[in-house]
Amino acid sequence: METLVFALLNGAIYGLLLFMLSSGLTLIFSMMGVLNFAHASFYMLGAYLAFTITEGTSFWIALFLAPVLVGGVGMLVERYGLRKVHAQGHVAELLFTFGLAYLIDELVKIFWGRTAVNYRVPEILDFPLFTLYGAQYPAYRIFILFVAAFMLVALWYLLKKTRAGLIIQAALSHPHMVGSLGHNVPLIFMTVFGAGCALAGLAGVIGGNYFVTDPAMAVQMGPIVFVVVVVGGLGSLEGAFIAAMLIGLLQTSAISINASLADIFGFIGLGADTELGEITIASMAPMLPFLLLVLILMIRPRGLMGDREV
Amino acid sequence: MSLDANPEPMLQLTDLHAYYGKSHVLNGVNLEIMPGEVIALLGRNGVGRSTTAKAIMGEVVPVGSVRFKGQEIGGMANHRIARLGLGYVPESRDIFPTMTVRQNLMLGIKNMRRPGKWTIDQMLEMFPNLGRRADNAAGVLSGGEKQMLTMCRTLMGDPELIIIDEPTEGLAPLIVQQVGEMIAEIAKAGVSILLVEQKLSIALKIADRVYVMGHGEIVYGGTPADFATREDIRKEWLEV
Repeated sequence: METLVFALLNGAIYGLLLFMLSSGLTLIFSMMGVLNFAHASFYMLGAYLAFTITEGTSFWIALFLAPVLVGGVGMLVERYGLRKVHAQGHVAELLFTFGLAYLIDELVKIFWGRTAVNYRVPEILDFPLFTLYGAQYPAYRIFILFVAAFMLVALWYLLKKTRAGLIIQAALSHPHMVGSLGHNVPLIFMTVFGAGCALAGLAGVIGGNYFVTDPAMAVQMGPIVFVVVVVGGLGSLEGAFIAAMLIGLLQTSAISINASLADIFGFIGLGADTELGEITIASMAPMLPFLLLVLILMIRPRGLMGDREV
Repeated sequence: MSLDANPEPMLQLTDLHAYYGKSHVLNGVNLEIMPGEVIALLGRNGVGRSTTAKAIMGEVVPVGSVRFKGQEIGGMANHRIARLGLGYVPESRDIFPTMTVRQNLMLGIKNMRRPGKWTIDQMLEMFPNLGRRADNAAGVLSGGEKQMLTMCRTLMGDPELIIIDEPTEGLAPLIVQQVGEMIAEIAKAGVSILLVEQKLSIALKIADRVYVMGHGEIVYGGTPADFATREDIRKEWLEV
């Protein structure tokens, strides 16, 4: 029981963090028509900027300032990079984001070094919030939950309930039409790209100290965010949410399941002392998102909620 | 409408060319629309009528001169053209299917702080077909209703001239008539119209002047009364 409760709670937090990254990525995909390989790099940039800002001032300033700065960098990248490359077609765009990812990675190494920085959970949130089944639960995780839930509600409200949100959605599907109705589509695209990057930056701010802030964090997070977006259905925010929660729960539950393949498939004769039988579910956890990706692409190529084939 | 009061054309195309890759689609189009005029642009499929509309809106790169209210707009970003007062209803009727009729209309408003002469409620009252479905998803509308919604949405932006591309394409005869009546209503409200149309009955009923296109250029221009006498033009450029 306690394992389940903790797995659910941790899974939901991890899922919401994944959604924070994948919501931006899926909006940007709708806009460009290609996946932005550099998306996780903006997540890393958010974490590093938050580290530096926290050193100089406080975590609370970093919480607001770092996403804004990352969003600003994103807008510049769109305005002076992607917009020009876009004219050359999708392959050029894809390669551009690929190059950008490495560029940001290398810049991070130059400015902050090759090893992890000491970006820590702020002291004021570094205490056990409650005790459950005899185990203490860190307050910071609940803080992440709140920030992510707030972002989720704000994003939903902006996109579904405001005119600006309607214009954004319309511009993503029919940019020419929206332009000829008098809306500045290039500006909308720049803002969407910037906002998507800012969300990734925010995930970096609150995730960087929860996990580790090192130059490998983008490479570790990037593929999982891709999986979320493809499994959810390219361009679908609802799908990204479902897939993020699914993968969040799947991975955290798998880690906490104390069973081996032999325990599960023992009934068909898989022995606990065989090489295959010895593999534990926990050790398979990192593989699960990619297994899901491969299966989804085979069974339902447009993803859970998507309306276009990959 | 008296043309003498404002002799400057609302829209003037001079030697307009356009290309799709290497194929030369518009071959020097000359055309003008005076304030308050309804112009029908006729011609067979593939002669460049829709391309003319797209070149005006900048969706196809225009080569030559496109002047709107005296200002050169060729190659301008389409939102800037729209903000000058030029509305465009494309052939593809790009409605937003998951949004409601009301939300679709809301998208046509360019600036919420400066409302135009049409309000959403007036529009829904004027066109009861849409009024009845105001809060339904636009995706469930019929083809004719979608066409009306697209036109109403563009009107929400308060255009002085509206380009309507093939509004009756693929619609049943009865609906064609309704759409025709609606275009006449728009004209009555004082909006100039460039109507790209194939159905002569609609075009001749509404238009003040008629242009016929053939092979990427204008081959005839005149009043509907004169056009009625030009069997030769009809035979050569319109009949299949």
